[in-house]
Amino acid sequence: MVRIEFLGPIGKGPMQMEAKNLKEVAKELQKDKELRKWLGECAVAVNDQLVQSLDIELKEGDKVTLLPPVCGG
Amino acid sequence: MLELYPGQLDVDKIFSRWRKWGEDKNYGAFITFVGTVRAEDKIEALSFDVYEPILAKWFEEWQERAQKRGAHLMMAHSIGNVPVHTSSYMAAVFSPKRRVALELIDEFVEDFKANAPIWKYDVIAGERRYARERSQKLKGSGLLLDGDQ
Repeated sequence: MVRIEFLGPIGKGPMQMEAKNLKEVAKELQKDKELRKWLGECAVAVNDQLVQSLDIELKEGDKVTLLPPVCGG
Repeated sequence: MLELYPGQLDVDKIFSRWRKWGEDKNYGAFITFVGTVRAEDKIEALSFDVYEPILAKWFEEWQERAQKRGAHLMMAHSIGNVPVHTSSYMAAVFSPKRRVALELIDEFVEDFKANAPIWKYDVIAGERRYARERSQKLKGSGLLLDGDQ
């Protein structure tokens, strides 16, 4: 199982899913209509490292984080 | 050092502590940036969510960059509500001489706006509204919808 976390204004609690790679996570999350609106503007981190590709293998206990557009200060 | 506080920053206290630290370390230049919440569009406060694990990494990378130039960075930010006319963000650069500090404060604050994992909300009539139109997408955004960027 991998853990998916949704940060800031997405306002959704964490979820667990079976996924061997990020592609599978993307496929699963795209099924959620509400979430789909966020996917187009969210950056993605695996174990708190921002990633730029879906070709990333996941292992048991990995954390995938969705980061919507930011504005600090 | 990265400091996070619930609510508004005690700017004078933080400033004094940083200044004293820099004097003891023999830095000749100390530049601070303070972000204060302005009264506009009926907002009572701004509110912030912070994702500390990635913020800490981002800050550490900047600290290393600064150290290569003989400088040192400090930053303080609020979590939660920060009322109008109080401050939510402080950044500081220390360096032996002015030039590096002047350059770094610009680069550091601008990169903070673009890349720090912090989300801002306007608080109007007690309600938190995501400041979407003032927010910037991080690098790689859209990956989960469109595939590789």
